[in-house]
Amino acid sequence: MARELLKLEHINKSYEDRQILEDLNLTIHENEFLTLLGPSGCGKTTILRMIGGFETPDSGRILFDGKDITSLRPEKRQVNTVFQKYSLFSHMDVAENIAFGLKLKGKSQSYIRDKIKYALKLVNLDGYEHAQVTQMSGGQQQRIAIARAVVNEPKVLLLDEPFSALDLKLRQSMQREIVKLKKELGITFIFVTHDQQEALSMSDTVVVMNQGWIQQIGTPESVYNEPENAFVADFIGDSNIIDGIMVRDKLVHLLGKDIPCINTGFGENVPVDVQIRPEDIQICAPEEGQYRGIIRQVIFKGTVYDITVEAGGFSWLIQTITGHEQGAEVGIRLAASNIQIMAKPASEDEEAVSDE
Amino acid sequence: MSNSKSLQRFFAVPFGLWSALFIVLPLFFVLWHGFTDGNGAFTLENLTTVLQWEYLKALGLSVELALVSTIICLVLAYPLCLILQGLRKAKGIMIFLLFLLPLWMNSLLTTMAWQTILEKNGILNEILRFCGLPDMALINTPAAIIIGMVYNFLPYMALPLYVSISRIDHSIIEAAWDLGANRWQTFRHVMVPLSMPGIVSGCTMVFIPALTTFVISALLGGNKILLIGNIIEQEFTAAYDWQLGSALSMVLMVFIILNILLEAFTENTDSRKKVKA
Repeated sequence: MARELLKLEHINKSYEDRQILEDLNLTIHENEFLTLLGPSGCGKTTILRMIGGFETPDSGRILFDGKDITSLRPEKRQVNTVFQKYSLFSHMDVAENIAFGLKLKGKSQSYIRDKIKYALKLVNLDGYEHAQVTQMSGGQQQRIAIARAVVNEPKVLLLDEPFSALDLKLRQSMQREIVKLKKELGITFIFVTHDQQEALSMSDTVVVMNQGWIQQIGTPESVYNEPENAFVADFIGDSNIIDGIMVRDKLVHLLGKDIPCINTGFGENVPVDVQIRPEDIQICAPEEGQYRGIIRQVIFKGTVYDITVEAGGFSWLIQTITGHEQGAEVGIRLAASNIQIMAKPASEDEEAVSDE
Repeated sequence: MSNSKSLQRFFAVPFGLWSALFIVLPLFFVLWHGFTDGNGAFTLENLTTVLQWEYLKALGLSVELALVSTIICLVLAYPLCLILQGLRKAKGIMIFLLFLLPLWMNSLLTTMAWQTILEKNGILNEILRFCGLPDMALINTPAAIIIGMVYNFLPYMALPLYVSISRIDHSIIEAAWDLGANRWQTFRHVMVPLSMPGIVSGCTMVFIPALTTFVISALLGGNKILLIGNIIEQEFTAAYDWQLGSALSMVLMVFIILNILLEAFTENTDSRKKVKA
């Protein structure tokens, strides 16, 4: 693994009586694309603002390259931020916006000109030097904000939900551009979002947060395929989360049947949460399945069908590529490797988000 | 289409009447008196009289005091608005309303109160004596007039300034810090330019009443210091020289129009800059 660049140690933060973060520890490596993912109010933006220098923790330390920067003013940090609302200077044109940081550092005219050119090329806006920022679209403004940040050659770029105001198509193309940009710049990106798809498609590391607690840190694949608790399973992608009892290693009692799985180490006869992704469930003939049920609802979603099957006293969400008929009797089959066993939530923040 | 147009015209009628009766007609009278002699014949004599030294001196002093008061108001109000902007909205507005309080009182009353504070045996000197400090001879000096102007007109500066400063999103300030600007550089390169509309309209709203006031200068200047407003008042109420009073008003109007043009110009360049792209 690359060198450690940023370390947050035992961070506590509360606003008035509300505790936002409690004893938070996080290590960020050089050249890592790390995403803080969670619902609003989970503390992800607070972490970003602390790294940027806009908030100070009540207690705990922030180390940058081994140096304590906990109470260093933002202008003295080797970090730049891309703000959610772009926050461009409306009284300056594009070039003046990008040059703002460089001028303050006393760079030469020719250096600044070259940097502006380079940065505009980087964000695909060559020739826009003298455009007025207030006349630009949201996507263009966000690109200028990125250009304005990266010309300062920060060691870490902070991005605070930068695409939340953009429409879906634009958001997706900006996501691809950001990944490309990250490769070209070779610096650390810390990205904050509540959009799980965005987090999964862009990051090296995803930090899933809820109610101020880190729920899981891992690669996009590991948080999707091996969620550690019901919250992560529920927040990232769609999930069927069912109460079960771990009979022994590799066997779980689920909705009245003993189903083979691959998880071990939970003990014997222990209550657990069982998670199965909708796309991992097979629909088959009634007599071939582990459960027998009736199709209650079929919704066409474009690439897949969302199918609700009532079976074993549970309403299963299943995704298939082929359509099925509503009201038909079917069987459900689960492959052992597609069943994820999770320990029961130890606290409220680990619980699944109930939307009923 | 034409229907809504005629409806618009219908609703514009009261405003048109108002403008004709209370703006155009009085203006016409002022011009008429200014350009005629007592018998109604055209003359430039009134305007040439204005060029006499004592009138020019009064005009000069008026402009000077108005400028100084405007600058003091700006220097006082700006930090206040910066502090209020940092507070929570409700709290900020509460404190701001306190600063607007002088507006709710009769300015004649507040100026008379200042008279009792500043006069020879007034409250200020009582306090100074109590502390063993020498007296200050403030009453009937330009300084007293400036104090009165600042006190009365500060809200007119603070109001537009607060509106334009509180409109600046905090993340813009954070962006400036983020890019390496310290507090002073952020103020200089971001806050001031972005609040320029407020600065300009605040200055106009202080400068014009300060230039034309005669109550403050009469009460705190003790009729020893004559501002242009006092002379105009005297021409109309004591000397009954409406012709000269009107001519003086016209000269004053030129200054006010210049001021307003200046404001319009800065606003224009601002909006043109935005449209250019």
